[in-house]
Amino acid sequence: MLSVRALEFDYADSDFALAIESLEVAAGEKVAVIGPSGSGKTTLLNLASGIIKSERGSITVADTQIERLSDAQRRDFRINNIGFVFQDFELIDYLNVFDNIIHPYRISRALKLTAGVKQRARELAGRADIGDKLGRYTGELSQGEKQRVAICRALLPGPKLVFADEATGNLDPRNKGRILDLLFDSVAEHGATLLAVTHDHELLPRFDRVVDFLQFHAPGPT
Amino acid sequence: MHALFLAWQYLVFNKLRSLTLVACVTLIAVLPLSLEVLLDESERQLLSRAQSTPLLLGARRSALDLVMNALYFDDEVPELISMLAVDELLAMDLAEPLPLYTRFNARDFPIVGTTLDYFDFRGLKLAQGRQMAVLGEIVLGASVAESLNLKPGDNLLSSPQTVFDLAGIYPLKMKVVGLLERSHTPDDLAVFADVKTTWVIEGLGHGHQDVSQLTDETLIMQRSEKGVVASPKLFQYNEITADNIDSFHFHGDAAEYPLTAVIVIPDDTRSSTILRGRYLEAAGMHQVVLPEKVIDGLLQNIFRIKNVLDAVVVLVGTATLLALLLVFALSLRLRQRELHTIFKLGCSRATTVYLLAAEILIIGLIAGALCVALLYVVDGYSSDLVRTLFIN
Repeated sequence: MLSVRALEFDYADSDFALAIESLEVAAGEKVAVIGPSGSGKTTLLNLASGIIKSERGSITVADTQIERLSDAQRRDFRINNIGFVFQDFELIDYLNVFDNIIHPYRISRALKLTAGVKQRARELAGRADIGDKLGRYTGELSQGEKQRVAICRALLPGPKLVFADEATGNLDPRNKGRILDLLFDSVAEHGATLLAVTHDHELLPRFDRVVDFLQFHAPGPT
Repeated sequence: MHALFLAWQYLVFNKLRSLTLVACVTLIAVLPLSLEVLLDESERQLLSRAQSTPLLLGARRSALDLVMNALYFDDEVPELISMLAVDELLAMDLAEPLPLYTRFNARDFPIVGTTLDYFDFRGLKLAQGRQMAVLGEIVLGASVAESLNLKPGDNLLSSPQTVFDLAGIYPLKMKVVGLLERSHTPDDLAVFADVKTTWVIEGLGHGHQDVSQLTDETLIMQRSEKGVVASPKLFQYNEITADNIDSFHFHGDAAEYPLTAVIVIPDDTRSSTILRGRYLEAAGMHQVVLPEKVIDGLLQNIFRIKNVLDAVVVLVGTATLLALLLVFALSLRLRQRELHTIFKLGCSRATTVYLLAAEILIIGLIAGALCVALLYVVDGYSSDLVRTLFIN
């Protein structure tokens, strides 16, 4: 599902550098990504989802080589294939829970907002235990509820690949378990692949495999 | 449609910011347009009133004061003339004179002393009651009646000229006998009385006990074969009633009684030309003016001022628009995180521009609708507003 080869990436004006010789994630696999802060975990998710582009190496997602796509193609590919649960939720404060969940359908021409989609959003919210909060603004929600909204938004289009960037960060142990249950159940239901960045080593046994980014952190350019 | 929905949600969530922007845009648009509407209306009112008044005779001082007082009952009282001017006009047999004495007020409304011919001349019709017939009776303009809630049978006191002048003009209790139909002219804001009634207010005419019948010697200063001289202690009536009207009388030469102006209605164009020629002499005490010409000169000045105002409005508007652009640019900087989020969720640059444009469009539409509504209100009340703000 995800194949990274000879990838090298660095940010201008920064000593950060990422170098991945080879990383393979099979379809349906649930992979935990660990590593110290600044080791490039979020950067890999951004590269693999086409949010940023690498000039060196290749990233293939669902048989599509990301770096060969134009900006617009990368955007459409991301919308149609990847669900992204961002660090800090990144919800829109002026929209209520329901409108946040269906937000990608309102801002992208690649997705069509239908009655079926809305119904699916309600069902998804119900399964995430936020069905009774659809009319609330996100500022009125707890951290756990916000994270569930972000997960529902990522899962609504039925992506083949789900990226979760510290989805359980800042949550209490009970909420961590519930969020992970929701992610795993939804991913399993869609037969999707999960790549989850986490700092929480207690959760690692629940994943099929763990990738430690310490091995990919290259010395920065001088 | 999604762009409009999202823009609306953003604007509703940020109510204060949105309302401030709408208010700024509305004000920028509505101020110059309202001014335009009011100036057009003031031009129409001033000109139509002036055009319907052929000639005005008054003291040889400010022609503008004369016209503004005689036509619009302005507070500025022109130099007074006397009834002799009316007698002279009648002697020329070239025009019909309508005397005007517009010097006093009743509860902030001007009292216009004139004759019954004035109502025919202006085409004023009674809505209630009857015309004034005897001393002390008044007929009210529609706005006066409405504002003071008066009807025929009620009374209205003339205002004293000054509270501290004990020897000055005392209030006269006048009886309302009729209300005029609304004419949408300054006549709506006037209290009409016979010119003799205004002379009574001035103290030129008065009524008191019959001094020949007085028994209280303290009221008599001097008694002789020629007559009786009463002391100032003698009670004078401050209301003219059926019982005391016969005691009212005037002192002095009637030809010297004061007027503020005389509306002159020439018999024909030739009479008008002759009349104007006769009053051209610089040495004369009186002048005859063409109100239309005087008002035209005033309007020229108003429009020069309006041009300056327009320039100021354009400058202020430009500054405000620049400030709005700055607010919008700063707001975009504050929304960088949100814009980056929607980019990551799959929003193209074009859609982002649509979203922002939709916000501007909605603000523009609301401001436009408010502007139209306000202009509709201003236009509806322009007639009254002009008379209240500009003419009176």
